Amino acid sequence: MVQSQTDIATPAEIEAICARFDDDPHRMLDILQEVQTRFRCVSPEVMEVVASATGLTRVAVDAVVSFYSFLSDAPKGRVTIRLCDDIVDRFSGLDAVIAAFEAELGIKVGQTSGDGAFSLEVTACIGMCDQAPAAMINDVVLTSLTAERVRDLVTQLKEGVDPGLLIGSRYYEKPPQDRIRDAVRNNIRRAGAVLLGPVPADSGLKKALQMRPEQVIDIIEDSGLRGCGGAGFPAGKKLRHATQNDSTRRFVFCNADEGEPGTFKDRVLLTERAHLMVEGMTVAARAIGAEEGLIYLRGEYTYMRDHILAVLDDRRARGLLGRNIMGMEGSHFDVRLQMGAGSYVCGEAGALISSCEGLPGEPKGRLPLPTERGYLGLPTVVNNVETFCHIARVMDRGAEWFRGMGTDTSPGTKLFSVSGDCLNPGIYELEYGLTLAELLDMAGAPEAAAVMVGGPSGTIIGREHFGRRLVFGDLPTGGAVMIFGPHRNILEIVDYYMGFFVHESCGYCTPCRVGNVFLHKAVQKIRAGQGKQADLDYIREYSATIMETSRCGLGQTSPNPILSTLKNFPLLYSAMLKGGGDRTQPTFDIQDAIEEARSIAQRRSYIFDRDFTQ
Amino acid sequence: MSTDRKARIATVSLAGCFGCHMAILDMDERLIDLMARVEFDRSPLNDLKRFTGRCDIGIVEGGCCNEENVHTLQEFRRNCDVLVALGQCAIMGGLPAMRNAIMHSDDPLRDCLDEAYLSSPYTRNLTNTVPNDPVLPLLLDRVYPCSEVVEIDLQIPGCAPSGDIIHDTLIALLDGKFRGFERTELRFD
Repeated sequence: MVQSQTDIATPAEIEAICARFDDDPHRMLDILQEVQTRFRCVSPEVMEVVASATGLTRVAVDAVVSFYSFLSDAPKGRVTIRLCDDIVDRFSGLDAVIAAFEAELGIKVGQTSGDGAFSLEVTACIGMCDQAPAAMINDVVLTSLTAERVRDLVTQLKEGVDPGLLIGSRYYEKPPQDRIRDAVRNNIRRAGAVLLGPVPADSGLKKALQMRPEQVIDIIEDSGLRGCGGAGFPAGKKLRHATQNDSTRRFVFCNADEGEPGTFKDRVLLTERAHLMVEGMTVAARAIGAEEGLIYLRGEYTYMRDHILAVLDDRRARGLLGRNIMGMEGSHFDVRLQMGAGSYVCGEAGALISSCEGLPGEPKGRLPLPTERGYLGLPTVVNNVETFCHIARVMDRGAEWFRGMGTDTSPGTKLFSVSGDCLNPGIYELEYGLTLAELLDMAGAPEAAAVMVGGPSGTIIGREHFGRRLVFGDLPTGGAVMIFGPHRNILEIVDYYMGFFVHESCGYCTPCRVGNVFLHKAVQKIRAGQGKQADLDYIREYSATIMETSRCGLGQTSPNPILSTLKNFPLLYSAMLKGGGDRTQPTFDIQDAIEEARSIAQRRSYIFDRDFTQ
Repeated sequence: MSTDRKARIATVSLAGCFGCHMAILDMDERLIDLMARVEFDRSPLNDLKRFTGRCDIGIVEGGCCNEENVHTLQEFRRNCDVLVALGQCAIMGGLPAMRNAIMHSDDPLRDCLDEAYLSSPYTRNLTNTVPNDPVLPLLLDRVYPCSEVVEIDLQIPGCAPSGDIIHDTLIALLDGKFRGFERTELRFD
């Protein structure tokens, strides 16, 4: 294929794109994504044009482009293939899939083919752990890949077949909600009473509209509902806090940037319960008096964009969004969809808000809270997809009903995303308070040797802890439960996730940016059998510094894969440590060090090589 | 350390310039007091080439640029209770480690030798070959600070460290009272 003329961006075209977003610097991410999609890169010349149109400096635009992994200043291929490089994918045969892509395309990972047709990349977890290995081809997600299938896919792509048609020949003729179900399986294994069971449409919203806003907050608070993103902040308290100011403009943000590796519950909710989620947002908006809302959908879920837009349009058409909702005079609320562009840290509320403001997705300071000064400095409630769904259901059925499930401190149900070495990976909606062993039993993982609960920022535990309960206060989780069988190398998992955190650190706090690199190197040293007891002390010391001095949750939790395995699998580490009675450094290898000189001098070492001539 | 026997000290210069050993002599007349408390084992100061027994303190000047340095340093680690890296070369590699900057090459060591013996305009080498006598120890791929080869207990910084800091540190070590350096001692400007 030859590069077509339309690939070269003219200033007029760029200005037209900026004008479509009112030259608003807060919409920078939208502008740049549009440019990236259309011209497959945001070149330095284009940055100049965007900068002058939006009234920013080129450096400010560059900062955004270089922050997000889905934006690039060098041209990408017309077909960009992003392979999900999570540990689960690696354990499910990613190597063979990568090898097949490389062989068929004739390029290595990280390269773009000479004719500009294909780019091959790896990316962090794209939320398909239950059907790994998975890949994004442009915006289309393909799951359960095998080397054989890859060869077939590449043949079709080379013939110019649109990526969507790889899923089915009638892909584009179907309505959006069918398309996404064709592309990705839901794998709902257990539907609970709250979210995945039968849900009446908009009855929660109807009840909320008939109440005063304070009553709505009272009910949510009374239900004891806690945020489902992982931190478990009481949802009612967050709403109430957002009302305790005299601002006239407030926002309701839905965090659909499900980036924690191993989590894919929001993917299923967005597929099956998008209406419920928007209903919950509308209830929250009613509670705090917000008229503007936003859904921040992670870039990896772009395949669901049309579906979400269709849901929003449908609700507007039915008077469930927009002005005078359900005919209620003065009750206005509308929602905009904001696409992310491939950044894990944007799942953090402050970073998410930065991202929506058109900035690099760097977290804000710890205080003030977003509920006080969030988006554009105004009170903003940021909740997880699942939390909003819960809010809608609580309004419908009441606090009493909700508290009747789960435990005292963690009422209601929770979606668990189960993946890894088990028979039934998928989504389980279960009441809080069950033991991990019970969940493993349902998932069919009798041989599980280690389980990572809550993703890499959570904790990795061994068999002796499987009796612990999945509740706040014991084993809190945003939903990720990753199961590893006895044949898996735990240090490989730790090594992988430390590399993940190194990659995803936004770089603002030095302890996180630099410290995680040191931790990663220390783990690799131990894996290579070159570690000493002193290295473990070093790891603990560094971890404490990183956790204490980082301002967002990434740095505050990034040492967890190491710390939790050090605690729960101490024998694993001690088996890898070098005894070192002679006090030499195991990392120094004299044979390596003199190899080059030996080949130049063409003789053996008289000190370190044995003389075989005698 | 008990007072009924003299503490035994060994010293060595690896990839260094002997400046740090000169600095040991810079403690001047205090050396006489020191000698009342210590005796020197293996050291270039007394030209003893081998250890005659186990030492309390080993003082190492210079980093490791060749296999002989490594061998010597390992012997020091084996024979000394407290191993002290003296001066910047021992601590960080120092001036010899400038050759570590040749890193963007497929064969950095060969490039380094070529530059030193063959291609530099300032080289006058009548044989036009790189020296390769069998008695020459093999060079390492790069210059290593001592702490990358063996565990080092204590580092005395400076290029070269002053006679004062060496004297004070040794006395504190002998008294069992060494607790690290004051910030003022670590200023060299």
